[in-house]
Amino acid sequence: MVGGSAMSGSKNIILERIRQALKKEDSGTTDDILTLPDIERSYEQQSNLSDEQKLHLFAERVNEYRAITEVIDEEEIGERIQSICSVSGIKSLAVPGGIEEKWVSALDSGVRLLRDEPEPLTKEELNNAAAVLTGAFLGVAQTGTIILNGGPGQGRRILTLLPDFHICVIRQEQITGILPEAIIQLDMAVKESGKPVTMISGPSATSDIELNRVEGVHGPRRLHVLVIKQKS
Amino acid sequence: MNNKPALNPITFEQSAGSYLADTQLRRNIGHATQTIRAKRATAVGELPDWEELREAGRLTKERVMNNLDEYLLQLEESVIKAGGHVHWAADGEDANRIITGLVKEKGVTEVVKVKSITTDEIKLNDALENEGIHALETDLAELIVQLAGDEPSHILVPAIHKNRSEIRDLFKEKLNIEHLSDKPADLAEAARLYLRKNFLKAKVGISGANFAVAETGTVVVVESEGNGRMCTTLPDTLITLMGIEKIIPKWQDFEVFMQLLPRSSTAERMNPYNNFWTGISDGDGPQEFHLVLLDNGRTKVLADETGRQTLFCIRCSACLNVCPVYERTGGHAYHSVYPGPIGAILTPQLRGFEDPSAASLPYASSLCGACYEVCPVKINIPEVLVHLRGKVVDYKNEKGGIRHKTDTIHIGMKFMARTFQSRNRYERLQRMGKIGQKLFVKDGAISRLPGELAKWTSIRDIKPIPKQTFREWWGDRQ
Repeated sequence: MVGGSAMSGSKNIILERIRQALKKEDSGTTDDILTLPDIERSYEQQSNLSDEQKLHLFAERVNEYRAITEVIDEEEIGERIQSICSVSGIKSLAVPGGIEEKWVSALDSGVRLLRDEPEPLTKEELNNAAAVLTGAFLGVAQTGTIILNGGPGQGRRILTLLPDFHICVIRQEQITGILPEAIIQLDMAVKESGKPVTMISGPSATSDIELNRVEGVHGPRRLHVLVIKQKS
Repeated sequence: MNNKPALNPITFEQSAGSYLADTQLRRNIGHATQTIRAKRATAVGELPDWEELREAGRLTKERVMNNLDEYLLQLEESVIKAGGHVHWAADGEDANRIITGLVKEKGVTEVVKVKSITTDEIKLNDALENEGIHALETDLAELIVQLAGDEPSHILVPAIHKNRSEIRDLFKEKLNIEHLSDKPADLAEAARLYLRKNFLKAKVGISGANFAVAETGTVVVVESEGNGRMCTTLPDTLITLMGIEKIIPKWQDFEVFMQLLPRSSTAERMNPYNNFWTGISDGDGPQEFHLVLLDNGRTKVLADETGRQTLFCIRCSACLNVCPVYERTGGHAYHSVYPGPIGAILTPQLRGFEDPSAASLPYASSLCGACYEVCPVKINIPEVLVHLRGKVVDYKNEKGGIRHKTDTIHIGMKFMARTFQSRNRYERLQRMGKIGQKLFVKDGAISRLPGELAKWTSIRDIKPIPKQTFREWWGDRQ
């Protein structure tokens, strides 16, 4: 059919086939789609959960993925992170740039801190890191999801990928009720920064063997979420 | 390389027989589909606005198809603006040439791959292998299938036909592991160790795409294991192959599709990982990104107004799991990378009816309609199945030649058509039938007919013609 046609040849062929299939003229522009009114959206776009309900639902749903969620006060954060490290035997902890210093302020000398800034960590360094500590952009209560988008305190995607243990800190104010409330914020963020987005719902898992869910094939096998309670 | 794959002469009906006889396979698939069916019902039942989401999903996809040329142009512009490259491939050969060319440019002999049915559709791995490039499948099930030299049998769980001890034996042999239990956690660990070193040295990653946003150029891979994150984050170069129908207009549409897909597919509120990238991002992930847009028959599907809805499919596999036919035959009987109800309508439209195997697929259904009920984008699969059966017959009438013309079903249908066209012929046949059937009626039904007619009664009973037909009764009344 197309034989050795150049790429632009295939482009024209495909566009021509589409226009024939739709029985329409070549407008050559994207004017039509830009002027279409939005489709009807009668699904729920906002939840009516209170802040307290969102917090509880989020914690419950994250836990259902066999992750661990703890709700803590701001003052406790440094100590909590140190105690997670000592309980789980974490000897090296990777952190992105822009992390809040008080999160790592209470770490004792048994935990080596690996900073991704100013000099980025190598793949090998990250692969050997026992754990990673990051913040998050948003949380979704309904689905127990945390969302990263490369902002300050979250870092590059590789940081939360190679270490086997992810400690993620999120503030109660960042938790939305249902997914559409998170998407609207992501929409704006992507248009502004163009940075990649990762949605994380529990630790890495597979159900490929007889549909038994098993934690961890390639991503972190353990996920520990610390929610900082909103000050009332 | 041939432009077109060789026509497959084996029909669904022929191969279904041998798969039905495989009791281990039926047990594996039966267990899997029943488990996931129940889970899906729970996940979907949790959302009060599920029907509204389905409707929004359908409307969005319908809009995309009706303006596909413009959305593709918009997507191309967005991806380029975000630092990516866009390639157009009219068919599989075109796409394979583009992708192997890009890989060869990088001078590598191994690439890592995320599970992608679209790459299976165009046999990309074979094309790469021909150029001396090994494509390493990194999804656990795809790895199992690849190591076994097997074919995937389910859209979502390609190794659904294999049980844990079969997988254990395979890993022991192929990955050179001496001691390995058949616990799923141990098997997953074996795959993790084997693949990690390959991820770290990979220079080129290849993926499919679940969605691409025309407005921003954002591409998405939805996954569970983290191999998608590895492949789209670690290599220097990322090549993504995407069917042209996978477009959604804008980011807001994720409100709908990121709810519809996980609940329909893995039956979870959300699958573990969703990866969204918009072109390239400084210092984060691949610094070279290529998006390959594939037609390969999709525009033919678009041209058929009834068949067009087939392109709405988001590959969730909910229709496979509820299908009474798929549950019994498994995926291999469909001889296509797209099995189950969606495959029964997609494959014949992509391949054309000249392929006897593809042309047999619209008949691989009892038309029970369960697939339509669960479809998250409301594809009316039974409607398309019946429509395609009509087209199969049209095709045979036109091109079937003497073998079709002398086929008893064809002759029988022709005869029935003539009979139903005329009142006299119809009534005469009824009178003859009433006399002729006397030998065969037993307990109010005809269960066995002789000769060619046995083909009908071998799988279903016929109700006998009543003593007094409606027409006779009506005539007597006047």
